[in-house]
Amino acid sequence: MVETVLFILMAVGALAGAVTVVGARNTVYSAMGLLGTLFSVAVLYVVQLAHLVAAVQVIVYAGAVMTLFLFVIMLIGVDKSESIDERLPRQRLWVGGLAGVIIILAGWLTVSGEFVWVPAEEIPFDVEATNGGIQQVAEPLFTDWVLAFEATALLLTIAAAGAIALAHFRRVRS
Amino acid sequence: MVDVGWYMGLAAALFMIGALGILLRRSALVMFMCIELMLNAVNLTLISAGRVLNDLNGQVAVFFILVVAAAEVVVGLAIIVAIFRRRATASVDELSELRG
Repeated sequence: MVETVLFILMAVGALAGAVTVVGARNTVYSAMGLLGTLFSVAVLYVVQLAHLVAAVQVIVYAGAVMTLFLFVIMLIGVDKSESIDERLPRQRLWVGGLAGVIIILAGWLTVSGEFVWVPAEEIPFDVEATNGGIQQVAEPLFTDWVLAFEATALLLTIAAAGAIALAHFRRVRS
Repeated sequence: MVDVGWYMGLAAALFMIGALGILLRRSALVMFMCIELMLNAVNLTLISAGRVLNDLNGQVAVFFILVVAAAEVVVGLAIIVAIFRRRATASVDELSELRG
């Protein structure tokens, strides 16, 4: 019951935020919509017992990444109006038709294949198996996935160095 | 307990809105936000599938996706700022210098 109410509230919040990201004219509004979506998805993580991932989502995404976005919006300026007129002839018609065909095909496959999300034999719900606290997530992270973990450390170092190198861009004197 | 299909449906809707934003918008910043939206939709599917299959590895995968997304945002925003300094625009339509 609690999960149902939370799911409905957070699904509405996430979808409203997502529509704001795409629809808002002002980039700051888009950023705020993304923030709402990220928080709503974080609550859905908590509902599904992924506590650590939810905390990381709020701290890293809603905290660090959105701050970075807002700083860049501040640097670039929010008053740049964006033209939405098409440059390719009949692009909207073609893309809309293609999207319609794909959606109809996917719906037909779902209905005709009698598709169900749950696996063939129903697995009984086990709270302990997916209760994602720090200890539970850290155990596979530092045993099975330790190589990927080290690779992401390298990736983050390279990304930080690359960002600094890009920020040191100097205007070419010609 | 909400059926996992509802979570998958929500994730699919979020992914579609994100993809729509990539196709419709011209501002590089908004396109980046739409990429984040799509990454979040996929994270939601991983967590939901992990719970219904009683498997913690879904959450570990989401952890790695978060790290890669953070790195991607750092480099991407640095590129946008560098482009803006040179061209004074963040619209992807203006960037056609490689055209022959």
